[in-house]
Amino acid sequence: MGYVAVKGGTTAIEESIKRLRYERLKDGRVIEVEVIKSCMRGLIDRIMSEGSIYSRDLAALAIKQAEGNPEEATFLLRAYRSTLPRMHYSRPIAPKDMCVERRISSAFKDIPGGQILGAAYDYVHRLLDFDLYNESKREILQWLHLYTETFSQEVPEDHGKLPKVIDLLRREGLMTETERDDTEPQDVTRDNIRFPTRRSERLQILTRGETGAVTALGYAAIRGYGIVHPTVGELRVGYLPVHLDYPMANSQTEDDVIYIGEIQVTEVETLVPEVREENGKAKIEFSIGYGICYGQNETKAIAMSVLDNCLEKSHINSPVHDEEFVLMHIDCVEATGFISHLKLPHYVTFQSELDSVRKTREGKQHDEKI
Amino acid sequence: MMKKYNFAFFDEGSKREIRRATLKAIAIPGYQVPFASREMPIARGWGTGGLQLTLSLIGRDDIIKVIDQGADESVNAVNIKKLIISTTGVQDTEKTAEATLIQSRHRIPEVELREDQIIVLQVPLPEPLRTIEPSEYKTKKLHADQDYNGIWLMLFEQIMKHGRMSTGADHPVQVHGRYIMAPSPIPRFDNQKLNDSKTLTLLGAGREKKIYAVPPYTKVQSLAFADYPFTVEDMSAKVCRLCGTTGVYMDELFDRDTEETYYQCNDVSYCLQRENKEMDDLR
Repeated sequence: MGYVAVKGGTTAIEESIKRLRYERLKDGRVIEVEVIKSCMRGLIDRIMSEGSIYSRDLAALAIKQAEGNPEEATFLLRAYRSTLPRMHYSRPIAPKDMCVERRISSAFKDIPGGQILGAAYDYVHRLLDFDLYNESKREILQWLHLYTETFSQEVPEDHGKLPKVIDLLRREGLMTETERDDTEPQDVTRDNIRFPTRRSERLQILTRGETGAVTALGYAAIRGYGIVHPTVGELRVGYLPVHLDYPMANSQTEDDVIYIGEIQVTEVETLVPEVREENGKAKIEFSIGYGICYGQNETKAIAMSVLDNCLEKSHINSPVHDEEFVLMHIDCVEATGFISHLKLPHYVTFQSELDSVRKTREGKQHDEKI
Repeated sequence: MMKKYNFAFFDEGSKREIRRATLKAIAIPGYQVPFASREMPIARGWGTGGLQLTLSLIGRDDIIKVIDQGADESVNAVNIKKLIISTTGVQDTEKTAEATLIQSRHRIPEVELREDQIIVLQVPLPEPLRTIEPSEYKTKKLHADQDYNGIWLMLFEQIMKHGRMSTGADHPVQVHGRYIMAPSPIPRFDNQKLNDSKTLTLLGAGREKKIYAVPPYTKVQSLAFADYPFTVEDMSAKVCRLCGTTGVYMDELFDRDTEETYYQCNDVSYCLQRENKEMDDLR
């Protein structure tokens, strides 16, 4: 016990904060928030999703402040989010109205509207590109000019809307029938979740989950700890319009809405075969796993859909089917907070433990003498 | 884009919501009230439950004291205090008697608290039954049914194995004959201070999203058996090297030069006030 917790904490903290600032600035360079916003799409998408707030500007600022550390940037956004009053809830958004930029199905080769690869890392070789060391602004502008010239100027009639793959199967009666549930979703940031949870609560916690944690548990589920063997029915990346009720009117009609902007999301519907007994006969049909998150986060969205499906089957005795196990441990701020609290002094508690250990030892010796 | 923060960080709606949960907690002593815990600018597990209680309660006239494991100047205490002051501008103190609102991690101050003070304890694990039952759904039922066999059995097994109850800090208590409660990891030495206390004790667990309370003049009993009574950490023979006090909770320290173990009051502000002769009575 070398460290004595007496005077001096304040100065030590101030010095530590200075040192942290130094580490961020020591090379004498400043990265502009605008540059982060333009060039770090992957990180921004991840942080917005985990931070549970859709703002590329704030995410970029958080990344700058956190020196690119995702857990720290997420933390900054979440803490900022706590100070914002909840003014409105949006109208329900129908993902079928998505303006699609990328859309694939692993279930069917030929889907109405076609497969649209869009932008994805899936088809590149992961070879370090040493040319990027010397990327010049002139060259990229030239390339941009040539490339964007090929873009079609026509707005498609359907505004990029495409039919859902899952509707094909639904029409054929191959999907497990579920009752339509339009109950108002529980807002998990305004009301603590209670177990057993509702699906709306589960989906919110999954979509806010830490990317690595959601991926790891989703992986465990398909590798052997869940009875889920999914196929990606459809994965889409695109933009969804967000509307609010017109604040002054009580009317709920279609027209009384205000368009406030659009959000980019990744949406996944996975198909999970299920055997159901009907009239003594085994019948196979598909149940659905749903994943959605801000930005382009495909792995996370797929893993989320796997976990969503697992948690619908809570009777199965495995950690990934146990809602408390999954939902209580995937939040970035909660997990990193509690792990890192181990760095706090525990002098009092340890002293108490020590007292107990010593007394039990004394007791033992005493017993042995007898 | 918002640049300035509201008084005490939260928007007023959030503060009201936390206070509503707090009122419920006071009305049902020892019962863990779930609340929509917010993310704070300090890490979950670093006192966010306590901080949310403090920020929801604090007014401009309050005088705040923050301690971490007995020390006002411990890094985390300083950090929390800094945040409270920078978002409220209230006055702070290190003297227990001067504070109207005290936020503490793992200690109840040695100076007896009064009716006009509130102490807020930071709680890492609010569920006393968690060691015997990992599921929240099930522990809630156990509390509802007042089914506390598991925790009694746990203590009984400790006696069978070690010849005594081997709990360290956070020894479970029963509040007013009803709910079994985790007093937060205060040493057993501090458990007795909760019983029939003049002050309102609020406990906040940010990560686990629970608020609970011990109102003033409430019976708080540490779990024990008739033939194996509850015992506190043995501080009787220990004398503080700095102020000469006995009978308070001590830190055990090791002098590297003389290779001797020595003791020092864990409650640093108490120790300083004793040294400066600001405290005449022995508590």
